[in-house]
Amino acid sequence: MGLLDQQFSDSNIVITKAEDLMNWARLSSLWQLGFGLACCAIEMMATSASHYDFDRFGVIPRPSPRQSDIIIISGTVTLKMALRIKRLYEQMPDPKYIISMGSCSNCGGPYWEHGYHVLKGVDRVIPVDVFVPGCPPRPEALLEGLLKLQEKIRMETLRKKSV
Amino acid sequence: MKKAEAIFEILKNKFPDADIQIDSETPTEPIISIPPKRVYDISLFLRDEEGLLFDSLMCLSGVDDANGEKIKQEDDSEIIKGGTLSVYYHLYSVSLKHKVTIKTSADRENPEVDSVEPVWKTADWHEREAYDMFGIIFLNHPNLQRILMPYDWDAGYPLRKDYKNPEFYKGMKVPY
Repeated sequence: MGLLDQQFSDSNIVITKAEDLMNWARLSSLWQLGFGLACCAIEMMATSASHYDFDRFGVIPRPSPRQSDIIIISGTVTLKMALRIKRLYEQMPDPKYIISMGSCSNCGGPYWEHGYHVLKGVDRVIPVDVFVPGCPPRPEALLEGLLKLQEKIRMETLRKKSV
Repeated sequence: MKKAEAIFEILKNKFPDADIQIDSETPTEPIISIPPKRVYDISLFLRDEEGLLFDSLMCLSGVDDANGEKIKQEDDSEIIKGGTLSVYYHLYSVSLKHKVTIKTSADRENPEVDSVEPVWKTADWHEREAYDMFGIIFLNHPNLQRILMPYDWDAGYPLRKDYKNPEFYKGMKVPY
């Protein structure tokens, strides 16, 4: 779709659906909670840096959960940390989205069997929108995950779901 | 610079009443065993004695020797009764450039070992970790509480050979 991909001819009025406009606004500035857990966080920082430039998708890190729209769970979620993650998630204002990055936060990763301290998948405490596989995923994979999330947001609707 | 055998002789002469032994058959370095309740005296001596001067505790590690009686449980798991838990101390003297490995073994049922925190401050967190993972009690440690696991973890000590992970922790499922 894209609202401004056509040039204006004489008038500058754009007609669109309220839903499309809201979704477009929402998906174009996904402020990310500045939060990293393990080696995936290094890849996440690389994605934010100039070479991969997360900012071109409107993703900028915010230091407070109260100002952020997405949280990227980047790394091993220990049982001790899981309680803190849940609290951070609850502090974020709606609408909020979650990307689970890497094998550890997807399913426990290499700690799936003997990791007495690891939560086997962050979706056991908070609802995940997009899972990005990899150990750790390359920045391209995280970007792909973000694009998938944007696609998902683009499909959102304000209408009441008919049962 | 002194070899482990020479250090062993010095310790034997200084502490004739303590049960001190040396194992020179290990593939790496000789290991001197000392009793768990004499660790503090001997450490202090090792640190301050002219000619030894072990001013650096490089590492302190806990070990589950798993040398007790293994009892099969109904669910096919094993618990270990009796035997020992050990603590290994790797010491280094920066001024004299020599090393030594010290070991002490305590009963598994009541694993009490002297703390060396007053001797080497490094031992503070190392001993907390050994306590966290193996349940070794360090007597006279200033702050002996868990360091890595949650403070309220009550399912036991994870690196013991007969450790069993709990089904749930605070409502979160733990096994895969």
